[in-house]
Amino acid sequence: MCGIAGIIHRNQTSDVGTEMTAMLQSMKHRGPDSTGYALFGEPTGRTLIRFKLADANDPRDFDFRARLQRNRARVEARLREIGASIDRIDAETEYAFRAVVRYNGDLKTLADYLEDIPGCEVLSLGTSLEIVKDLGDANEVASQYELRGFQGTHAIGHVRMATESDVDISGAHPYWAYPFADVAVVHNGQLTNYFQWRRRLERSGHRFQSECDSEIIAVYLAEKMANGSGLKDAMEESLDELDGVFTYMAVTKDSLGVAKDEMAAKPLVLYESDDMVVMASEEIAIRAVLDREIDTSDPYERQVLVWTR
Amino acid sequence: MDQVGSSGSRRITYDARGLAEPHAEVPKVSEIDAGRAVFDAAKLTTRQINLELRWLIYEQGVRDVTVLNPGAKHSIGVGILQRCKIRFAGSLGYFGLGVIDGPEVIIEGRVGWSVCENMMSGVVVIEKNAGSLTGAAIRGGDLVIKGSVGARTGVDQKGATILVGGDAGAVTGFMMQRGRIVICGNAGPSLGDSMYDGTIYVGGRVASLGIDCIEGEWTDADTEFIDRKFRIYGMDKPSSFQKFVCGKQLYNYDNLEPAERKLVL
Repeated sequence: MCGIAGIIHRNQTSDVGTEMTAMLQSMKHRGPDSTGYALFGEPTGRTLIRFKLADANDPRDFDFRARLQRNRARVEARLREIGASIDRIDAETEYAFRAVVRYNGDLKTLADYLEDIPGCEVLSLGTSLEIVKDLGDANEVASQYELRGFQGTHAIGHVRMATESDVDISGAHPYWAYPFADVAVVHNGQLTNYFQWRRRLERSGHRFQSECDSEIIAVYLAEKMANGSGLKDAMEESLDELDGVFTYMAVTKDSLGVAKDEMAAKPLVLYESDDMVVMASEEIAIRAVLDREIDTSDPYERQVLVWTR
Repeated sequence: MDQVGSSGSRRITYDARGLAEPHAEVPKVSEIDAGRAVFDAAKLTTRQINLELRWLIYEQGVRDVTVLNPGAKHSIGVGILQRCKIRFAGSLGYFGLGVIDGPEVIIEGRVGWSVCENMMSGVVVIEKNAGSLTGAAIRGGDLVIKGSVGARTGVDQKGATILVGGDAGAVTGFMMQRGRIVICGNAGPSLGDSMYDGTIYVGGRVASLGIDCIEGEWTDADTEFIDRKFRIYGMDKPSSFQKFVCGKQLYNYDNLEPAERKLVL
């Protein structure tokens, strides 16, 4: 089933960590397997890397901790080797890390070089995007990664009921649009031409970290944007080129978009005001951040909406 | 399995079959006065709200209930089989007012997906928008949505009147079998797809007709019906309507019931 949520503040920053946690927690019944966030803080001028060196449910063999230590050292070494100067690397959990670096080179080279280390997956890369995802509900993930109090401008989130692939962090949303900075996607639905698109995108040099159909949407959009399309144009093209049922949200550095398939098969409730736009699979999630009577609407089939700050 | 419910930090428990709150008790928080009752649902769970409604209507004999702060919770007011008045001062979530038979309900906010699924009789008036699958398999009564509705309104409709003040999404009236859908605004693609019978009236533009849905001939009975319904609910009527019915090109039935057919074969 899955639940998705998005919020964008038009004029100011807000505690999007707490807001998104409340929204996702209220939709826990739509997906108890894993919870994920794509949060946009104020741009720092640095490159933010969220990466993991193991999955949450990997077997803890005798070498587990030592291997993580070794691989973390290798990440640092490789970052330096490739010309990034490290401001800091923090361990969020024993296997998930957040790095702040100064780097002006090619992001694909950076991501590929890091992911060459066994077990390493770059979850997000950009100047303001931070993707956090783990098993459990929103409260658990928010506590584990200390997301409450995260000041930012916009965010999307996802609660997952796994239908198409494994319950692990690699299969959890949001997906970063490897290798493009600051683009992420959450998706509710199923894509039926997943393998066609995966083969096409793999031929043009992209890597996929999971078997999850949603991962291609992120890469698909990012490739269109890299070829010069705007977010809205790319999303409109996706209505004809992606097959299946979907409501998905996409975020970039300054905008938040949503697209619905031509059957309007998956739900979305939208609240829009001068200050903010909030949307989710269920109104109950919007109520979690706006505790008053509000006017909401359901976008129709083939609708693509994009808000830019 | 335990999980934290949507209403704050209150824990909702499930039994082995997955039914929510098997041991919930009637909260009895209503103020009852001369056959009318009012209660605040803000801090109650779905099951507590439904238990309170049943307690009021079936055991206390109250025939006029006001529910404050329903907070877009799901599955509120389902299965009420008694003539009574219920007013929700706010919005409902998904699956509201399913399988009701008799109540006269006013919702001052909006509703999510699947409101009034399989409703048997009564009146439901929604002041704002409704989600998709509104009035699925509805059998009787009047369902009035003053705002717009999502996709698949009146799917498998077997009776009743669905009146929409705004626009309707894709595949409205899919496989409808009886009854009427009135849409004041525009209708989405595949209107009346594979309908068996019944009538759809559209005041605005129709994006496209579904398979075997054709324009019908307007009669005096249509005028009378439209005028009457708009008068009852005090809504603004578009200047004209188009009428759509089943083309009956997909009627490929033989006259035998399945059991008879088995005998013959």
